[in-house]
Amino acid sequence: MISLAFILKFIVAAVGAGTPLLFGTVGEIMSEKVGHLNLGVEGMMSVGAVAGFAAGYATGNLACAMVFAFLAGMLSALIYAVLTVSFMANQNVIGLTLTIFGIGFANFVGVYMIGRTGTNNWQLPANLIEQMKNVDIPFLSDIPVLGKLLFSYDPFTYVGIAIALACGWYLFRTKAGLNAQAIGENPAAADAASIRVTKWKYINILLGGGICGIGGAYCSMVINGGVWISDCVGGLGWISVALVIFAAWKPQMAILGSFVFGALRILKYYMPAVIPIAFFNMLPFVITAIVLLAASIRGAKGSHIPENLGNNYFREER
Amino acid sequence: MAEQEYAIRCDKITKVFGSVVANDQIDLDVRYGEILALLGENGSGKTTLMNMISGIYHPDGGTIYVDGRAASIQSPLDAQNLGVGMIHQHFKLVNIFSAMENIELGTPGKKLPPKVLRRKVEDLCEKYGLETDPDKPIHAMSVSEKQTVEILKVLYRGARILILDEPTAVLTPQETDKLFAILRQMRKAGCAVIIITHKLNEVLSISDRVTILRKGKSYGTVNTAEVNVSKLTELMVGRAVTLEIDRPKPEDPEDILKLVDLTVRRKDGSVALDDVSFSIRTGEILGVAGVAGSGQKELCETIAGLIQPAQGAILYKKENLAGKTPRELIEMGISMSFVPEDRLGMGLVAGMGMTDNMLLKTYTQGKGPFVDRAPARAMAESLVEKLDIVTAGVEAPVRMMSGGNVQKVLLGREIESNPDLLITAYPVRGLDINSSYLVYDLLNEQKKKGVAVVYIGEDLDVLLQLCDRILVLCHGKVTGVVDAAAVSKEQIGLMMTGESAQEVMEYGNG
Repeated sequence: MISLAFILKFIVAAVGAGTPLLFGTVGEIMSEKVGHLNLGVEGMMSVGAVAGFAAGYATGNLACAMVFAFLAGMLSALIYAVLTVSFMANQNVIGLTLTIFGIGFANFVGVYMIGRTGTNNWQLPANLIEQMKNVDIPFLSDIPVLGKLLFSYDPFTYVGIAIALACGWYLFRTKAGLNAQAIGENPAAADAASIRVTKWKYINILLGGGICGIGGAYCSMVINGGVWISDCVGGLGWISVALVIFAAWKPQMAILGSFVFGALRILKYYMPAVIPIAFFNMLPFVITAIVLLAASIRGAKGSHIPENLGNNYFREER
Repeated sequence: MAEQEYAIRCDKITKVFGSVVANDQIDLDVRYGEILALLGENGSGKTTLMNMISGIYHPDGGTIYVDGRAASIQSPLDAQNLGVGMIHQHFKLVNIFSAMENIELGTPGKKLPPKVLRRKVEDLCEKYGLETDPDKPIHAMSVSEKQTVEILKVLYRGARILILDEPTAVLTPQETDKLFAILRQMRKAGCAVIIITHKLNEVLSISDRVTILRKGKSYGTVNTAEVNVSKLTELMVGRAVTLEIDRPKPEDPEDILKLVDLTVRRKDGSVALDDVSFSIRTGEILGVAGVAGSGQKELCETIAGLIQPAQGAILYKKENLAGKTPRELIEMGISMSFVPEDRLGMGLVAGMGMTDNMLLKTYTQGKGPFVDRAPARAMAESLVEKLDIVTAGVEAPVRMMSGGNVQKVLLGREIESNPDLLITAYPVRGLDINSSYLVYDLLNEQKKKGVAVVYIGEDLDVLLQLCDRILVLCHGKVTGVVDAAAVSKEQIGLMMTGESAQEVMEYGNG
């Protein structure tokens, strides 16, 4: 009854739905690895969403849109970094504020632009929408099953996977990455080992913010078919924060995690109508709760959570 | 020219924290191939001074010369580049990393392949006679293993000037001997070593010279060979101190608490206390001796009502207390005070001020739904005065205080509640001489008032001088309750390893 084509279609859709989560999760991992719990993911994604959309609208170039989304995400993370790293403000408060600010800022710009177009509609140019279509690589995409499974996504997905792998390599295979991890585990130890704690905190938080920004651009540009809609990130940032735990603070694991959650998000369209839609809307949150529970049980032996997550570091504190 | 000889010379170093002058124009020097002890009581500014040399703090005045040149040490990186390495009292290690990852952490250059790094660490171990497992994660290590990693970390960076902040506070005597052997090896290799401590016998056994700090000022430097314990104490405290502990005769002791066949199990099911029976008497200090982990902690917590015994009874005026909660004990009118080993964990709330900590014990006494803070504040203020507690104010968080002052707050609060029974677990651990003697005096004062005092101790000399009777525990069993005046340190030691009091006493007499 369930055909192979149906399953393939489902998997491809799941990966697409998981892509924004992938960016959000990897971005948040970068920040949490240096001990900064940034609850502003939703906000940074929103800022990235509107910046990417605007850049795409103005230039009609996808790469340009991504770069702008990245820079805007970085800029919003800079607000967070200055306040929490340099001024040692409470991380949770600043993160939540950043979320509120980011969503509001994005909606404000969006409404302003809709007014300016005069058509009641802020829309990306057609040639850009063409660039965001799923890739079609000659020969490779034509391989039966495998071609569809591996070579039929939009550019964002590939960029996301590349970023996740690069971050994994950086965090676990380079000295700079190990230094960054040491900061998240025990900043005093890192400091005593002559690691520039503040510098590396900034670098990681900003990179994380930039990555979140690209995820936001995906939300505004791809999900809604090139038409600007307010609140386009719609809670994906929050799921990303929880996904960090599912991924055990490993960017590679975030690839798997985000696609699993992507599948949960679209499950409702692929299931017989006997089960109410509300059940499927609930599913990602139930799974999140179960993941958190499982993580806390596993936490008893060899937890992966950075030991000093959420604590600011002041060298001369007594 | 003479400058060249010194590895480090501090000239009039001053450091101020808010309104507290932690270091006031301190001079200090150390040469290569020498071990300098930095001696001082808690809060005399030893660690602050060393933190400035290692770049954690920045001095507000004065100059540090390294190898004869004035050095501006802005960060630990600067210190490292100057060849200065510090081993902190609280280890600065990343728990999830392995020993060698910690050693490599923060060093410049590319990440070394594990094989090369392991080889380098092993070579270093061989050179200085250290032992470590490079692949073992820190969280699986014992305290002394962690310390070895810290030393390796410093040596790996090529440090020739080593600073150790109270390295022996967490070590057993055997581990201390091992550490000292390593330090002597380093001295031989031409390193300059500064060791911070307040233990006098250690100063005498390891150092070449001693610099004494008192209340943030330096009180000169002496050659170790020319001093003895009492001279050092005098320099450190500022006056001659008698090192004898007073032991007033107990007045008509009476059984207040009787423990009968008490058996307690730990959470993992192992037996912590095995069929223990003894009595606690009023107007007397009962010492408890034993190797760490022989059941002392469980003994205290069972009496205090924090653990349910598996069997047996605790009799108080013919009533069985076993299994009652602390709140129930208070309601029964039993006035018991417990000064736990973990002062800032179990004893006081570290983030609260003195007033709030006082309230923890009395907040249920007020009328109505609101808490009356005035009496608690008055009590806090009177304690500050009575016990000479150094604090920024009664509302300042207690974690900001030094160890001795924290203990004074805790002990003071417990004594203020006029207990009939006072249980103290390692009350002088980590305290300097002055504070220790103050604690002994306070306990004796309680004893004279007729309070039954239980003193869990680790220093046998103190137990023998302070206590009236000594209970010896070995693997949760009582090997004997003896008269402290009629027993020797060696006899207690034998009982701690499991021989019964009867055997030991006969052996001692025979």
